[in-house]
Amino acid sequence: MEHASFIIGSWVVTALAVGVYAGWIIKRGRDLARRSSDKDFPWT
Amino acid sequence: MAVRLRAVNISTETRLSTGTVATRRLGALAIVMLTVLAVLALIISPEDVNQGSTVRIMYVHVPTIWVAYMAFILTAVCSATYLSGRNRSLGWDRVAGASAEIGVLFVALSLLTGSLWGRITWGTYWVWDARLTSTAFLFITYIGYLAVRRLDGTQRQRARRSSVLALLAVLEIPLVHFSVRLWRSLHQEASVATGGTDVELDDLMLFSLFFGLAAFSVLFVWLLLHRQRMLYLEDAMSSQGLDAAIEARRKEAVR
Repeated sequence: MEHASFIIGSWVVTALAVGVYAGWIIKRGRDLARRSSDKDFPWT
Repeated sequence: MAVRLRAVNISTETRLSTGTVATRRLGALAIVMLTVLAVLALIISPEDVNQGSTVRIMYVHVPTIWVAYMAFILTAVCSATYLSGRNRSLGWDRVAGASAEIGVLFVALSLLTGSLWGRITWGTYWVWDARLTSTAFLFITYIGYLAVRRLDGTQRQRARRSSVLALLAVLEIPLVHFSVRLWRSLHQEASVATGGTDVELDDLMLFSLFFGLAAFSVLFVWLLLHRQRMLYLEDAMSSQGLDAAIEARRKEAVR
């Protein structure tokens, strides 16, 4: 594949950025839910 | 017994997180769809007559700007609903804020993948072209929107300020989208949404492109659900902290 580094690079950058953001959302959500004194959330 | 204990653990974990069974299924669907998209885009889909293998960047570049547009339009719709509603629920503001943050991430990715494509096709990472410049301006505007959300004030003040700003910021989207027609632009015009019926794209390329839009849309919904729930928890903890501080001051005053 010609220009493989640019093509793979664009996919890897996107996957990494979305992965890191999703991981942060999950982790912070769990931390906040555990620290919250009210355990009855609208989505549970 | 072990199975029962595991079931109890999962139930507790679900309660103490922003996830539910539905979001877990949605997340799994997003992962499967994105994996299929990668195979379609990088291996199965043919090369373009003009662009060659560079077209493979388009299968990630186009969906990222699609998600950004969708996110910013949703931010505006939720902001308008908040401002116009009799019962001004902060839920609308939280969805607006969560959506804008996701939009900022995806517009940044669109600029980044676009500049990598530009380096191969145009020989440069960046030109002050109408489409590129207006997209960069859109990105900066929504960074400003997120900054305004962090200003001091009550949750209602935050919602009112940011809702007004969101309704102004969304006006940039048609400007970005039609910039390639309004001004002389290096950026190519739309290949699919041309308004006509003659789409000059190979069937598999077209399928990969639309599959990418669907996969990234599922990902967007998953991210949005989690992020707005996270904002709910942040707001709830902020209110609890404020209540506790007021209570402490009252006790001090009584003494």
